[in-house]
Amino acid sequence: MTEAPLLSVRNLRVVYPGDDGDFRAVRNVSFTLGRERLGIVGESGSGKSTTGRAIMGLIASPGRVEADHLQLGDTDLSTITEAGFRKLRGKRIAMVLQDPKFSLDPVMSVGKQIAETHRYHFRSSRKAARQAALEMLAAVHIRDPERVYDQYPHQVSGGMGQRIMIAMMLIAGPDILIADEPTSALDVSVQQQVLTIMDEMVKSRGMGLILISHNLHLVSSFCDRVLVMYAGQIVEVCDAGKLHEAQHPYTRGLLAALPELGHRRAELPQLQRDPAWLIDLPAAVGTAA
Amino acid sequence: MIDVAAVSVTYGHGASLVRAARNVSFHIQAGDALGLVGESGSGKSTVMRAIAGLIPHAEGRIAIAGRVMPNKRPRESRRVTQMVFQDPYGSLHPSQTVDQTLAAPIAIHNLDNAEARIMTALTEVGLGREHRFRYPHQLSGGQRQRVAIARALILEPKVLLLDEPTSALDVSVQAEILNLLTRLRRDLGLTMLMVSHDLAVIAHICDRIGVMSRGELLEMTTATDLAEGRVNHPYSRQLLRANRGFDPSGVDVDVTA
Repeated sequence: MTEAPLLSVRNLRVVYPGDDGDFRAVRNVSFTLGRERLGIVGESGSGKSTTGRAIMGLIASPGRVEADHLQLGDTDLSTITEAGFRKLRGKRIAMVLQDPKFSLDPVMSVGKQIAETHRYHFRSSRKAARQAALEMLAAVHIRDPERVYDQYPHQVSGGMGQRIMIAMMLIAGPDILIADEPTSALDVSVQQQVLTIMDEMVKSRGMGLILISHNLHLVSSFCDRVLVMYAGQIVEVCDAGKLHEAQHPYTRGLLAALPELGHRRAELPQLQRDPAWLIDLPAAVGTAA
Repeated sequence: MIDVAAVSVTYGHGASLVRAARNVSFHIQAGDALGLVGESGSGKSTVMRAIAGLIPHAEGRIAIAGRVMPNKRPRESRRVTQMVFQDPYGSLHPSQTVDQTLAAPIAIHNLDNAEARIMTALTEVGLGREHRFRYPHQLSGGQRQRVAIARALILEPKVLLLDEPTSALDVSVQAEILNLLTRLRRDLGLTMLMVSHDLAVIAHICDRIGVMSRGELLEMTTATDLAEGRVNHPYSRQLLRANRGFDPSGVDVDVTA
């Protein structure tokens, strides 16, 4: 990568204090993100979502985010306050969550929600914000934006809801989009549509994308690079197309445990967890780019 | 073992009538496993629930083990079919121990030997004595789903109905549960009907697979044909493509509200 990375993370830690000492939900995590599609895979509890939330400044007290270096372009994220994060979210860095049913405001029309983001970040007039929102709805391939603008979240389907979320997240032109299981709540055919749109938007705007998912097939077919997380750490970084050549026994175990169409095995190999995978790794693992 | 003939399920009436399943027919031999795939709203779970007797069917005939099932099921018929649900976090009572959960069906059906039955069911699903007096929150996701399977097995059913039994679980845990189901089917000679949106999961367990969409059974295929792409319906092909991961070719992204 020749240009400066959009996001640079070195030795990120997310710590929750507990009765038996601190619990490190994320530890030794280092990576950089350029104008690329970066996947983070892992099982529940691996720290993949927590990593995304830490970058967004969404770790609630008593959880703490610590890092040697957490840089978004020219902004040092480790020093800014909640008010500072509010200005960044949406404008510089945005997040799409799993289920649009829970991430959209149920009592505000979807168009207004999109326009609100525009008004907040650009101090724009009602009219200009409405116009921008309609253009965004059209950009995510909704054919009749005028009509959808006035609909409420319960009136739209899951796939439509996720398009609306993407429109809302991208309206202020962020550099980075973090998508946390953006299609897990959707039907397979709709998944493909939403991913295609996300891909198109990220490419045409030269954004960086972090796709967080438990779905290995999805991540390896969609992304450029994949970070594999286990127990809060990045255990392996692969080129997405070469995920099947992964070296780490955890990654290999996960791949082997997946049932495969056309390759029916009497017994699926079960993942044998090795306590050695829990040992702290040097923080530099994820930086190989 | 299961005979479904021209079954339709409807909700509501008059202008708001919804036909959730339309004219669905299939047959499952004793000891076979059949899978139903389709998207949400395709009617796959509706058909399963009608077979389980959880919802009434409006038309058609459902026969299990040679007996035609009325909409109001006699209690003893429920011993023949048991169901495992998607989310073990939701399907187990949070303030009842594993022991209480497993004892309930025994009490309902006035069976003897509760102690032995509970221990047998626990052993069958690979849980030990130490899990018996735990609450669901003291178990992992995989262990909870094992308890749900044990609860289904405790009445010694002939038919196991599986509604997305692994989709709430991690990949490594999914493998454990799929292996367990394969073993149970073989050892106990169970007949299985499984519903899932994951083609690879369903093809792992089932020999024959029905593709559903909008309440209709579009086609019946086999795991082998599916794997080799020998499917007729365009919708089945779409499912197949999506199963392989992200593939933007041929995706029509425009939608109308």
